Amino acid sequence: MPDMILKGKALKFGDNISTDLITPGRYAHLRSNLSELAKHTMEDADPTFVDKVRPGDFIIAGKNFGLGSSREHAPLVIKMTGISAILAKSVARIFFRNSINQGLPILICDTDKIDSGDEIKVNLTKGVITNSTSGIQLTFGKLPQVMLDILSEGGLIPYINKYGDFKL
Amino acid sequence: MGKTLTEKILSEKSGVDAQASDIVIAPVDLAFVQDTTGPLTIRQFQESGRSKLASPQQSVIFLDHAIPSPNRQLSNDHQSLRSFAKETGCLIFEGGNGICHQLVAEAFANSGDIIVGADSHTVTAGALGAFATGMGSSDIAIALALGKTWFRVPESFKITISGRFQKGVCAKDLALYLIGMLGADGATYKALEFGGEAANNMTMSQRLTIANMAVEAGAKVGLFPSDNITRKYLAAQGRGNKYKALYPDINANYEQTIAINADELEPMIAMPHTVDNVAPARTLAGTKVHQVFIGTCTNGRLEDLATATAILKNKKCNPHVRLIIAPASRQVLTAAIKAGYIQTLVTAGAILLPPGCAACLGLHQGVLGDNEVCLSTANRNFKGRMGNPEASIYLASPATAAASAITGEITDPRKVI
Ligand code: SF4
Repeated sequence: MPDMILKGKALKFGDNISTDLITPGRYAHLRSNLSELAKHTMEDADPTFVDKVRPGDFIIAGKNFGLGSSREHAPLVIKMTGISAILAKSVARIFFRNSINQGLPILICDTDKIDSGDEIKVNLTKGVITNSTSGIQLTFGKLPQVMLDILSEGGLIPYINKYGDFKL
Repeated sequence: MGKTLTEKILSEKSGVDAQASDIVIAPVDLAFVQDTTGPLTIRQFQESGRSKLASPQQSVIFLDHAIPSPNRQLSNDHQSLRSFAKETGCLIFEGGNGICHQLVAEAFANSGDIIVGADSHTVTAGALGAFATGMGSSDIAIALALGKTWFRVPESFKITISGRFQKGVCAKDLALYLIGMLGADGATYKALEFGGEAANNMTMSQRLTIANMAVEAGAKVGLFPSDNITRKYLAAQGRGNKYKALYPDINANYEQTIAINADELEPMIAMPHTVDNVAPARTLAGTKVHQVFIGTCTNGRLEDLATATAILKNKKCNPHVRLIIAPASRQVLTAAIKAGYIQTLVTAGAILLPPGCAACLGLHQGVLGDNEVCLSTANRNFKGRMGNPEASIYLASPATAAASAITGEITDPRKVI
């Protein structure tokens, strides 16, 4: 199988980006209308995000990305905007699992080495991130096998559809 | 090697000898959703091609976040949740019964259970010695369908609390102090296990407040041992037969041990916009507040209303403050009516809201205006949380909230009691 490669531009955020900033509670009435909800993605962290993001781009974050609520709408709308992966120094537990369950790769690495606008290439298979703008290479931690399997099926629902059960 | 509470529960349930960092599959005793995460969960459940729940009587929908509904979209979401309950036979708690976590404590959680909910504060039931944790909609959809889920067994931090709370100091102050000490990500993916003299003496209401906030330090669960206080609580809720004692082994392996002396605690505040941004209430004296909110799954219980009532008795709210009170459940509300708390609070100027999440998450019932300040007994003060990113939220105990409602500014409750 060829290596899984993601390519795009870095859109940078700071520490502690909560699910309230990603998909604010005041839009809870749009949660059954996902395309409308997605128009407000990251609105309270960067109101221009939805206009800026291009398919393939990466969210680059500091520590504790996705803290707060369990709303899976958060990684879901991020994925819907075209983001190919989230790179963060650390990620809150529920968001991490939700992101994988949505088939959205979320990688822990030293994001200080990435600036907004940098061209990024991620080799998911080899575990290497290349910052093509600065020439710096980064590595990221390996996921537990069950998460890798879920991710490679595109999320938890397709994974269960395929296997019918969890397989450890 | 002995086992932590976490390892004990996950070993017992999964049928394997579970140690921190293992991955296990375990049956769940309860899987639930609320009205803002439920619709996506149902969609995922349907996408998994299933129509039957593994166990309808262990599957629950709570209508609590948006009740009574503020708009037609959420009303329609409620309709689809009701239809799902009808089709699958799962349990449903209509709006007005209370907040999911309070109802889980009152009606479902038992020591040694595994509980998963599509809400991050599912950790609340850790107060009863249940391994209870929040998950997203996909995970809950699959837990509903299969009756089980996978877990990585978390490493545990032992939090030993000695001494006793001084006058005017509440369990909430301990929770805020601990989160300030650990940081908002200080316990990411870990289990917090509470013990020590003060923990052993805490009422169930206090334990629920502390377990509820474990997730604000990033923790996967916040567990109390199951002891005589648990036994009494379960008996009072009509589940005395479900009690079983549950303690960690003496030689359990903890990643960290943290000691806190309750004698030394003072009223605390979490300042905008993160929960770990804490300071003693006295250092913020003079900070004007426009709204005070007493309620939520953190501090909307009878004891919390009793605390507020004792401070507001024969007093009036500051005319520039809107004091909002939302009891955590119907059981809390009826008991508060009976005890005369509601009479006192409403006479003092409070706006009484129905049992539910109310103003907590910015949907309705207390959305803040630009540049307004709210002092809330909730668990989160993130930017935009109460519906307006231009507003500020400070978190405090019910005692500090009640004292501040009288003065119109952040006030150490020890000044008024
Ligand atoms: S009261 Fe607030 S924190 Fe608790 S479940 Fe409701 S919205 Fe969430």
